[in-house]
Amino acid sequence: MPDQEKYNRSDPMAGAGDEDEEMQSAVESRTLDLGTMEGETLIKAERLGDHPETPAAGEERVAPRSLWQDAWRDLRRNPIFIISGLLIVFLVIVAIWPGLFTSTNPLNCDLTKSQQGPTSGHPFGYDTQGCDVYARTIYGARASITVGVCATAGSALVGTLLGGLAGFFGGWSDSVISRVADIFFGIPILLGGLVFLSVITIRSIWIVVAFIVVLGWPQLARIGRGAVITAKQQDYVTAARALGAGSGRLMLRHILPNAVAPIIVVATIALGTYIALEATLSYLGVGLKPPTVSWGIDISAASDSFSIAPHMLLFPAAALSITVLAFIMLGDAVRDALDPKLR
Amino acid sequence: MTDGATALSAPVPQGAAFTKPVPEGEPILQIRDLVKHFPLTQGVVVKKQIGAVKAVDGVSFDLRKGETLGIVGESGCGKSTLAKVLMNLEPATSGSVRYKGEEISRLSGAALKAVRRNIQMVFQDPYTSLNPRMTVGDIIGEPYEIHPEVAPKGERRKAVQDLLDVVGLNPEYINRYPHQFSGGQRQRIGIARGLALKPEVIICDEPVSALDVSVQAQVINLLEKLQNEFELSYIFIAHDLSIVRHISDRVGVMYLGKMVEIGSDLEIYDHATHPYTQALLSAVPVPDPAARQVRDRIVLTGDVPSPADPPSGCRFRTRCWKAQERCAIEEPLLAVPSWLDGLAAHESACHFAAEREIEQSAAEREIEQSAAERGAEGGTEAETERAAGQEDGSADGDDAR
Repeated sequence: MPDQEKYNRSDPMAGAGDEDEEMQSAVESRTLDLGTMEGETLIKAERLGDHPETPAAGEERVAPRSLWQDAWRDLRRNPIFIISGLLIVFLVIVAIWPGLFTSTNPLNCDLTKSQQGPTSGHPFGYDTQGCDVYARTIYGARASITVGVCATAGSALVGTLLGGLAGFFGGWSDSVISRVADIFFGIPILLGGLVFLSVITIRSIWIVVAFIVVLGWPQLARIGRGAVITAKQQDYVTAARALGAGSGRLMLRHILPNAVAPIIVVATIALGTYIALEATLSYLGVGLKPPTVSWGIDISAASDSFSIAPHMLLFPAAALSITVLAFIMLGDAVRDALDPKLR
Repeated sequence: MTDGATALSAPVPQGAAFTKPVPEGEPILQIRDLVKHFPLTQGVVVKKQIGAVKAVDGVSFDLRKGETLGIVGESGCGKSTLAKVLMNLEPATSGSVRYKGEEISRLSGAALKAVRRNIQMVFQDPYTSLNPRMTVGDIIGEPYEIHPEVAPKGERRKAVQDLLDVVGLNPEYINRYPHQFSGGQRQRIGIARGLALKPEVIICDEPVSALDVSVQAQVINLLEKLQNEFELSYIFIAHDLSIVRHISDRVGVMYLGKMVEIGSDLEIYDHATHPYTQALLSAVPVPDPAARQVRDRIVLTGDVPSPADPPSGCRFRTRCWKAQERCAIEEPLLAVPSWLDGLAAHESACHFAAEREIEQSAAEREIEQSAAERGAEGGTEAETERAAGQEDGSADGDDAR
């Protein structure tokens, strides 16, 4: 078989000459010629009209890029991504080195200052126990962000993996995984929290994270399974199979990039919910416990005396809202960047 | 079946077993009694088979080296299922598919991968057959990643650009995404992907049905050009009879999972002997209003029977005006009817196969006369194309953008 030689464009009759002897060849080749010429004109128009800068273009211009490289190029120019990214970087720094932002110990409280409003040196005021709210908000970032990010990452990973496998392979594995997911889905999260977490006596962030992952993955598994089934039925997956692609390539190159968008959206929304869930569990006394400092603990403690000292609730709640908003904006920007159609 | 057994037991060395050249005109793909049934099941936990949709039910034909075999039939007659089974995308229920004499319908693993290099496919819908999240370079380059032995790593980009050039697209487009192209351009990308592995057989599953008429002509011309350039053999599935006539050397007509008639394009289009083919042909739009009035159209009554419960005997008998008692009892086999001669003597699965000479002659003469007046005798589809080209001339510019 001849290799892919350059098609000789100066001879449009090359393909049309020896057509169909039974047919009236004169008419035949004339129409063919017409079609070929039409094609030629279009190709020329394409080349001239669409790329005014191409004649000077060197080889570098056509260096191949991947979806992720393109997405990154796109993200760097997206103001929403930059704002949310900077916010998240800032929050992460706060979570890792809270000492950089305050010299006050959040556990060093003075009951005489209980529920006092903002004063100089203590911009957020004091809570019921007389602790500095600013210091508690700064130190609370660690627990809240750790719970939010780790629980989201965990349930997204477990959910996408199990849901994706169920959707991709179907049949028995689908039935088993879906039924197990249904069982976990059926457990009321607060009742489950009260039962599970009161049995476990160790109070640590990781216990709360594990609990949220165990009850949170079915939601993402369902989304992932649906997205994978939709992507699996597309012709481009069939085309890749026809080329001889294995399951791994089909899943990673074709199905995952096309199924990941709804998972990202749901996961970023879930992140906010998980931070709030940690607060709820702490409020019920089965989540984190003092002396751990978390926004959830502070919000639930402050909610009793909101009418007397609103600043106690306002600042940790604002920090929580900004964090959740930053992650949702980031998720949105990433989802858009991964969809070339929106570019 | 002995060949089939050896192909099963002995793993085929990658690409080596299928390199044997086949002379022009010799069968490259032999399909015998190919059957594909989709089971109908009932029950949630314990699935019980209660029947089967007989999508393809005993189809036999040869594809010869370098020819284009058109396969026509109405929606739901099993054309696309046939393509999927030939591509090994669906396992065949029974029957055999031989490529260069080797049984390929039950292969798996490395042997199947080696066959895939030689048989490729062009899909119907250019909007869903290209991954929206891959660049054109990645889409056309993927065959090389799957079969690294075809093009060494350093040469792949060059190979992809060459392919873009071959199908008439600007090689600079390598970093663009499918949605930045028009339907016709996308179909060219799909064709380039099919060509990447230098296959010998390309199965085109309605490759132009989703395109504009003017763009259809361009894609068809491209396919013909590539056939000459790369010595390809095509199986061309379509429901547009004019296009099939234009591109095909031989034509097979399918009805309800069966091949009812097969022959050269002249034998099928001008000397059809199966009533179903005759009915199909009579429904082809005639671009001449004068001729349209005198033509003798066969209007079939009733619907296509369910492929889950096809009629006994001849499957077409429920809608056939020639049907008699014999048709319900005895299934007509696809064979050359002994009572016919000349161009009418080609394979036709009908007990009463006969040309539609008497009814057709008047209408046909009219058509030929009016066609001859414009100096385009017998070239009805050429007419269609030219008319379409004129009509859509203004729309053509859109494709360039």
